[in-house]
Amino acid sequence: MTKNITTPLTRETINSLKCGDRVLIDGIIYTARDAAHKRLVEILDLGKGLPFDLNDQIIYYVGPCPAKPGRIIGSAGPTTSGRMDPYTPKLLKAGLKGMIGKGFRSQTVIDAIVKYGAVYFAAIGGAGALLAESIKEAEIVAFPELGPEAVYRLKVEKFPVTVVIDKEGNDLYRIGKEQYRKI
Amino acid sequence: MRELNVERITSVIEKLCIEANCILPPDVKKALENSVREEVSPLGRDILKDILKNAEVAEENMIPICQDTGFAVIFLELGQDVKLVGGNLNDAINEGIRRGYAGGYLRKSIVDDSFLIRKNTGDNTPAVVHTRIVPGDRIKIILAPKGGGSENMSALRMLKPADGVTGIKNFVLEVVDKAGPNPCPPVIVGVGIGGTIEITTLKAKEALLRPVGQHNSNPEIAQIEKELLEEINNLGIGPQGFGGKTTALAVNIETFPAHIASLPVAVNIQCHAARHVEAVI
Repeated sequence: MTKNITTPLTRETINSLKCGDRVLIDGIIYTARDAAHKRLVEILDLGKGLPFDLNDQIIYYVGPCPAKPGRIIGSAGPTTSGRMDPYTPKLLKAGLKGMIGKGFRSQTVIDAIVKYGAVYFAAIGGAGALLAESIKEAEIVAFPELGPEAVYRLKVEKFPVTVVIDKEGNDLYRIGKEQYRKI
Repeated sequence: MRELNVERITSVIEKLCIEANCILPPDVKKALENSVREEVSPLGRDILKDILKNAEVAEENMIPICQDTGFAVIFLELGQDVKLVGGNLNDAINEGIRRGYAGGYLRKSIVDDSFLIRKNTGDNTPAVVHTRIVPGDRIKIILAPKGGGSENMSALRMLKPADGVTGIKNFVLEVVDKAGPNPCPPVIVGVGIGGTIEITTLKAKEALLRPVGQHNSNPEIAQIEKELLEEINNLGIGPQGFGGKTTALAVNIETFPAHIASLPVAVNIQCHAARHVEAVI
């Protein structure tokens, strides 16, 4: 079934999401991938304030294409989440509640998702043109010098994702595969 | 000798960059349409339909299918009766990439060193160029932008000749199984067998250029391709790794003679955004 949710994520919303649910997101999400994660964690380690409020927010692992004239953003699908694993527990501890990417998370990240009551969504990898249709505003809020790796604040409407790891730690990549495996 | 100004090569490559990144090849589209009918997981079917819808949106607006517009991999078949004039071939190729990636609003994804500063080159150069000298007075250019997510899940292993077909199959299955959702399944699996390590991996990449649904001309190898495809699709990974039948759309094997001591095997994984275009000038 498809569920509609809005950001920032409340405790009630996170509790309602189960591994395998298809979800449409409305509201603000932030982008960050490898280089931006490194910088965000460096700022946290120095005990300084982040360039945007992370509390109850969602980070989308994406490095979009440049926008064509007349368009809000270029193609904008997810990148592989596992590369962000070394940084993720610190961001969850700092208040992050949701992540959108694609691909496996480490056990350490799954444990942190359970500990901090968060959720991991996957968007369709390789569907960046379709996903860009759900992005209604895009504005760089940090690290513009990183080009495609800058942090954007995105306003999204009905942004389609699937719950892969819910707050109980259920993992669709494991459960879905077991269900259909024949060898 | 036929004279050809390298500026022609620049302008052809510029166009190919945009075409490759925005239009999904018809053979891949057809394979995806078939997989919607065959997929057993309802969530998997929805995902496959969205992937097809994505291709429509991309082509209609001429925007990239995937934001990872890749490393620009070029296979150049250079006729031996062509005399190139007007400049340096390598510079002409990279100028085509530069113009195509800027003019097509494609993402620039290349860093100038891989482990020190990792500074973006800003124009998606350099291209990776594989050149073969062939008879004739034409130049064939194949452009295959390659995304990082699927490339990262690729692997090479030096098997023993005694490992044989079983060893090859087990290795391919192991690579695809371990990759799981990361390379954006459904994938196309390119397998290179034989040669020295650089040829093995090159053969695996060349295998990805073959249209989906077309098998190796050697019937024994074609049979292995079919068996491997079935076994991969029994792994349960499914579209995007959410579970299901459609893990791969094709397994393509290319081979090369081997040393009496060796059986090298390379697996190059390609995501469903299997982009490649060609032009002959």
